Amino acid sequence: MTEIQAGPGAAVAAAPVSGDVPAIELDNVVKEYVSHGEVVRAVKGVSLAIAEGEFFSLLGPSGCGKTTNMRMIAGFEDPTQGVVRLHGEDVTNVPPNKRDINMVFQSYALFPHMNVWDNVAFGLRRKKVPDAEIKRRVGEILEVVDLVGREKRRPKEMSGGQQQRVALARALVNRPRALLLDEPLGALDLKLRQAMQIELKRIQREVGITFVYVTHDQSEALTMSDRIAVMNDGLVEQLAEPREIYERPASKFVAGFIGTSNLLSGTVQQVSGATAVLALGQSDRILIPSDGTLSAGQTVDLTVRPEKIKIAKDRPEGDLSVVRGTVAEVVYLGTSNSYVVVLGDGAEITVFEQNAHDSTITAERGDSVWLSWQPWHSYALR
Amino acid sequence: MSRLRAALTPYALIFPGGLWLAIFFVVPMIVMLSLSLQSGSVEDGYAFTFNWHSYADGLANYHDQIIRSLLYGLASTVLQIVIGFPVAYWIAFKGGRHKSVYLFLLLLPFLVSFVLRTISWQFLLSDNGILLGPLKDIGLLPEGFRVLATPFAVIGGLAYNFLPFMVLPMYVALERIDPRVLEAAQDLYASRFQTFLRVVLPLSLPGVFAGVLMTFVPATSDYVNASVLGGTNTTMIGNVIQNQYLVTQDYPTASALSFTLMALLLVGIFAYARALGTDDVLEVAAR
Repeated sequence: MTEIQAGPGAAVAAAPVSGDVPAIELDNVVKEYVSHGEVVRAVKGVSLAIAEGEFFSLLGPSGCGKTTNMRMIAGFEDPTQGVVRLHGEDVTNVPPNKRDINMVFQSYALFPHMNVWDNVAFGLRRKKVPDAEIKRRVGEILEVVDLVGREKRRPKEMSGGQQQRVALARALVNRPRALLLDEPLGALDLKLRQAMQIELKRIQREVGITFVYVTHDQSEALTMSDRIAVMNDGLVEQLAEPREIYERPASKFVAGFIGTSNLLSGTVQQVSGATAVLALGQSDRILIPSDGTLSAGQTVDLTVRPEKIKIAKDRPEGDLSVVRGTVAEVVYLGTSNSYVVVLGDGAEITVFEQNAHDSTITAERGDSVWLSWQPWHSYALR
Repeated sequence: MSRLRAALTPYALIFPGGLWLAIFFVVPMIVMLSLSLQSGSVEDGYAFTFNWHSYADGLANYHDQIIRSLLYGLASTVLQIVIGFPVAYWIAFKGGRHKSVYLFLLLLPFLVSFVLRTISWQFLLSDNGILLGPLKDIGLLPEGFRVLATPFAVIGGLAYNFLPFMVLPMYVALERIDPRVLEAAQDLYASRFQTFLRVVLPLSLPGVFAGVLMTFVPATSDYVNASVLGGTNTTMIGNVIQNQYLVTQDYPTASALSFTLMALLLVGIFAYARALGTDDVLEVAAR
């Protein structure tokens, strides 16, 4: 149990590969703007470093500042404070057309008066690349995004998925040092979105450039990213790899935003070594890892994922967190059963039970049950 | 029953407008066409004689005025594009929350009648009026300098009077441009000027196209500006037609000239539409 690191300290993710200059760096960036006579702080001081070749996601609810962050990287917004660096170079006051990065816009923003070929060739023509090379590179990238044979189509004659690929090709053909993607899959239906997620990941591996991906869809971010910065209210709540974000959310917000979480709170009864014992109701005992900052009498918020919890009719043995409750709801989900269990103090806990053996369920509505989980599956939140 | 009603509804909807057009447009056109081929005089009455000489004589006698009208119409249209485009652009992109206020201000003078506005221009531009008088007094302009009765006054008046019909369609086209598309151009290394040239301008062309259609035709056939602001050397074909109808009362010639003008404008518009009214033009412009 000693390997368990918990609490606020665990939120700091490993820095990008040491020694390399980060592809993109935000240094204490603040963005304020005036809306209807009031100053709005969209970004309240964000510092992050994105490594070369990384698939990096900015994840958060709408209005959390993730898009503003991206627009500052692209150069469409000037930070009120702070520095933006691309490959170590300060570009804070460099206009977008002079930055060696490209963006895929949320609504694609294809040029409606140009066909696919002209859309894709736009950037290269502006850079005065020789015609023969334009021809070769546009042809190549259209192959990568599987649009060969549609060069003469207008955007409005194409499906959403095709437009999306044109937007991607239009940016990638310039071989930017980083690609920014602003909710690029938001307008697509679920099936297509899932296919494009895999496609994007493949293309990123193929071209090997840094992707910065803005999304509010946590599953999208978890699926594709090397690292995720979860943003809320203008600040980065947690910056870590997807697994870390899911398994060890750094805050109540992250726990609630990523996946399904059970939030509980209890009072520390005693701390013994690396484990703290919490009381919750009368017959319940919760064990959590202690990093030395916990002391008896303290009230602690903690989280545990539904799939980590075991549900049983009898009290389980061993060094486990154990709570008791009544089944209020049973939902059959196909691959799993979902239970809502109400504890003695009225708190609700969701439990997923994998449907591994047969379709029989462990408990019925109204049954009195024991819930248990390993101590390292729950820990104190800030 | 309801099926019959559904089948009749479109006709019921078109009926009032259709009737209006039939009575006040189609019938007069036929009457005029017939008039243009008649011979005779007001006193003796007219008879239908297939007298196509009215067309030949009209062209022979008034080709100067016809050409002048086309040139004035063209010049005023170009002037309107030059003046109107920046206005439309500014309202569409910099107008912010007050776009409708600016549009209203643009239209405000046009709540005053066309003729009255032109007469006020005459007042403004008169030889010793409030504009030229002081400039002559302080010796900036020679005593004999004048604007009235020159082509400049007539073209200026035409441009002024039809300006909103140029600005509005251009504004609509510019307003519809997605700002993200402009950002995309910038993101793809286009400077502000290149963004304008490759994206804004091509996307605004349909508006310019519509504006030209809506202003060139009435400007070319206008007679108010030439008669109020112009002189004997700036007579347009509209003045000739008006004069033939109301003063000389040579109805066949007046009708023949009207049809000649109409035919010229129709041919011009079709040629223009064929040349500029397609998507290909936009594509070429964007390259």
